[in-house]
Amino acid sequence: MATSFWNVAATFTFVKLLLIPSYHSTDFEVHRNWLAVTHSLPMNKWYYEKTSEWTLDYPPFFALFEFVLSHFARAFDPNMLIVKNLNYASPATVVFQRLSVIVTDFVYIFAVKEFCFHCLKPARRGSGSDVFTHPSFILAVLLMGNFGLLIVDHIHFQYNGFLFGVMLLSIVRIYQGRNLEGALYFATLLNFKHIYVYIAPAYFMYLLRNYCFKSSKKDGSVIWTSFSFLHFARLGTIVVLIFGLSFGPYISMGQLPQVLSRLFPFKRGLCHAYWAPNFWALYNVADKAASIKGLHSGFLSQSNHTNQASMTGGLVQEFQHAVLPSIAPVVTLILTVLSIIPAVVHHWRYPNGPRGFLRCLILCAFASFVFGWHVHEKAILMIIIPLSLLALEKKRDAQVFLVLSTTGHLSLFPLLFTQAETPIKICLMLMYTIYAFITVSGLFRIPSGRLRLPLLTKLESLYVIGLLALEIYCSLLHSVLGLQQFYPFIPLLLTSVYCAVGVIYCWLMFYWLTLTEKYVESNVKLE
Amino acid sequence: MEGGLMHLFLVVLGATLLRWCVSLNSYSGAQTPPIYGDYEAQRHWMEITYNLPITEWYVNTTNNDLLYWGLDYPPLTAYHSWLCGAVASVVNSTWVSLWDSRGTESYTHKLFMRSTVIVADLLVYIPAVIVYFTLTRKLTSTRDRLLTSLVVLLYPGIVLIDHGHFQYNCISLGFTVWAVIALEWGHDLLGSVAFCLALNYKQMELYHAMPFFCYLLGSSFRTKTENRFFKLAKIGLVVIMTFALCWLPFLYDKDLALQLLQRLFPFARGIYEDKVANVWCSLAVVIKLKQLLSLDSVIRLCLCTTLAALLPSSLDLLLRPTVERLKLALVNSSLVFFLFSFQVHEKSILIATLPVCLLLHERPFECMWFLLVATFSMFPLLIKDGLVLPYIGTTLLFYTLMVSSLDMGPVAIYLPGSGTTESPSKQWTPSLKAVMFWSSMLGCVGLSVASLTIMPPTSLPDLFPVLISVYSCGHFLLFTLYFHWWQLSCDVEPSKSEVKSRTTQKSNTKKKRL
Repeated sequence: MATSFWNVAATFTFVKLLLIPSYHSTDFEVHRNWLAVTHSLPMNKWYYEKTSEWTLDYPPFFALFEFVLSHFARAFDPNMLIVKNLNYASPATVVFQRLSVIVTDFVYIFAVKEFCFHCLKPARRGSGSDVFTHPSFILAVLLMGNFGLLIVDHIHFQYNGFLFGVMLLSIVRIYQGRNLEGALYFATLLNFKHIYVYIAPAYFMYLLRNYCFKSSKKDGSVIWTSFSFLHFARLGTIVVLIFGLSFGPYISMGQLPQVLSRLFPFKRGLCHAYWAPNFWALYNVADKAASIKGLHSGFLSQSNHTNQASMTGGLVQEFQHAVLPSIAPVVTLILTVLSIIPAVVHHWRYPNGPRGFLRCLILCAFASFVFGWHVHEKAILMIIIPLSLLALEKKRDAQVFLVLSTTGHLSLFPLLFTQAETPIKICLMLMYTIYAFITVSGLFRIPSGRLRLPLLTKLESLYVIGLLALEIYCSLLHSVLGLQQFYPFIPLLLTSVYCAVGVIYCWLMFYWLTLTEKYVESNVKLE
Repeated sequence: MEGGLMHLFLVVLGATLLRWCVSLNSYSGAQTPPIYGDYEAQRHWMEITYNLPITEWYVNTTNNDLLYWGLDYPPLTAYHSWLCGAVASVVNSTWVSLWDSRGTESYTHKLFMRSTVIVADLLVYIPAVIVYFTLTRKLTSTRDRLLTSLVVLLYPGIVLIDHGHFQYNCISLGFTVWAVIALEWGHDLLGSVAFCLALNYKQMELYHAMPFFCYLLGSSFRTKTENRFFKLAKIGLVVIMTFALCWLPFLYDKDLALQLLQRLFPFARGIYEDKVANVWCSLAVVIKLKQLLSLDSVIRLCLCTTLAALLPSSLDLLLRPTVERLKLALVNSSLVFFLFSFQVHEKSILIATLPVCLLLHERPFECMWFLLVATFSMFPLLIKDGLVLPYIGTTLLFYTLMVSSLDMGPVAIYLPGSGTTESPSKQWTPSLKAVMFWSSMLGCVGLSVASLTIMPPTSLPDLFPVLISVYSCGHFLLFTLYFHWWQLSCDVEPSKSEVKSRTTQKSNTKKKRL
């Protein structure tokens, strides 16, 4: 099994090598700039430098990460390390940056290996000695070959593989009962990229309930007297230590407000240029529909409407809704918190071990995706990847996973809009989806029925097949029909609205599955 | 869902994905005016065939300057170019406008050209390989069949030249595979047609002609079900008809046909062009034949040695015509041509790699070794085309998939990643085969790294290409001996299953007739 695991890892690494010449987005320049900033400036200037518009807006550990990388970068092409060399992308620079993503992905590969070998409790063992139907093998392919990670990291350009590696590692350690290590990794992760703060409530609740309180009653309710101050102190020390290491230097330099202002820029709009498929996409469309209706019946003036059109043009900006009330950041925050509360409370009442924790984590990620402020479509990976870990264990989870991964991955399509990469994204997406459906349903021994995809209900099947129709319309029919000129935003709008329906459906479904799960004592037993 | 349609779809998608990834890279002659490379040659042929009347395609006229990438492939290539040209003119007519379009290069044009190769590949080569391995009797499970076809479809050599460098080898090679499939299933006539199509797409397929000829002749003489001469006559007629159809527009005029022939076999070009891993080029390190002998005697020398070396495998096949031997004879014949014939391109090694790919499941280790060296022998060309990165990626990918999905036999424990043997505790005294393989690979890696990093001395600018040629040539000579030995030592009688399937097929067709 170990050999075939490394073969899968090698295969995907070599596929990533082949993607080196593909298109890269402005994020490539963002990271090049950070390499230059951290390499050629002293630490106290890192968060003040603004030659490039892509200022450093990740936490200090990520800056250090770039600083370390920059020393290797010098061997490839020292010119990429000059701050003034904006948009510098020599062949050596491209190869170096791509390789840095591929190499740091080994953190992710290692974490996947740890999970597959130590944490997976599959619904069914594979048939005999056949490696290809072995659940660990299937999960390894699903995680390492994740469509979203491949295109976001290795085409679009980001370091999510590395970051998700740290996240997975912390999940693995929690599965193994090594709670302190889990906390350590998660605290580190937060200091690499602060977006993971959205899943912090799950960590907080799990560690409080299962580590600080040492035992539960038979029905799962808490024994208040079992609180361990020692455990609490240990946890606190680790977290304070990590944050101290990260932010300490800036606090001592008196730069903390500046760093924080870089990390949390609230000047961005409710939605990203391309709307992530979440609640706000539906809200915007509802507003749009209402405003058109209003315009027809004379409630609204023309000036309101022109404002409306600019929103759909795809610029990042604050904008006023025409009919429905405009949304302030604090509203999204309140909604997010409100929708997390049931999950966290349920986890307190029924602490179903590491799996309960993972469900809580996924629900936190869901809530922040559905209601968050200025959510990127890429954030869907924060749900899909942890959900993959559950997909081979329970049938209903597998069902949610198949619908959500297909929907979520399709919603990433607009990220790659260049013609040369279109066949790549289509091939990869189809391969991932077909592989997922074949292997996951094969594991549960569920064949596809008439008019029905395996594991899915008829309605869900219809929805998933509808995604195919949607994509055909958006990438082909729309321009063939000549609508591209008049309504250029329609394909993006349709994609985010259609996918939003699927994402919210999966969220509610997964919520229901989690809340109806009662306390099972054996779950708490650690691996 | 074992063996379902979806698995097949996955294989096709995987093959397409790899091809498209390679096609993102540079191509032959990118941004190198005034003469460019194969990419411009193919585009120019689209321009010529689309704009000029068919009688002018192969002739030097005021509108057709044969010195600038004149058409020198057989008619099927010309028709294919015409078709692509017609599509191009619909998409963007400036790509094929006469004279003005020379040296056209753009993002969208590259996309267009790349897609024409992918389409050709999807229509001819990819289905041929999948059908071939699906019908292979030696592979028992559907998964093994699909996995083997995937590995073969991911073979870097053909992919890098077609989708990187830019050529349409997938069509001629694909037709050859279809011919082998047809012969394997006893349809000698269909097989002949398919091979004639291959030959009429690219004259280099002549490397494969001798084995096909010997097999058909030999099996006609051994046939028991029908009149031998009648069968031979049928095959002859079909071959002539196919050729006549392909050449039809050029047959009205004797001069035109002769001109076409002259275009196809330009003996005036010299014994070899760039550094090629064949005998003559390697010999040139010691003796410069070009200077010692006249062109005529060089041609005669090449002809004699090629024919002499061709004899053993051809005679063997003629006397004992089985499809198994046919495949081996295809390897041997193409290797002999590559090593000894006149005017060889480094890319011509692909013609030898094709039948080796078809034998991959028989002896995976030896075939893999040959295939890896064959890709390596084209390394200087790949450097020139800017394809080093995809070369590394595809080769590593091919190796990984190869060792993890095929049974490498006793050598497996010395191949990292080999999935068949889980317990490496056995014999740790390395086998001779493994030592030879790894030292051979070490040489390839060493030469590759050296040619990328070390500047050759100014007195020997071609040092590394020559070294790579000689190194690969040595391998090819040994592999020629090996494949000859394999061919001569394999079973005399066709395996029982083959006889059975052939007879059942015959009886089936008889039943249908009744």
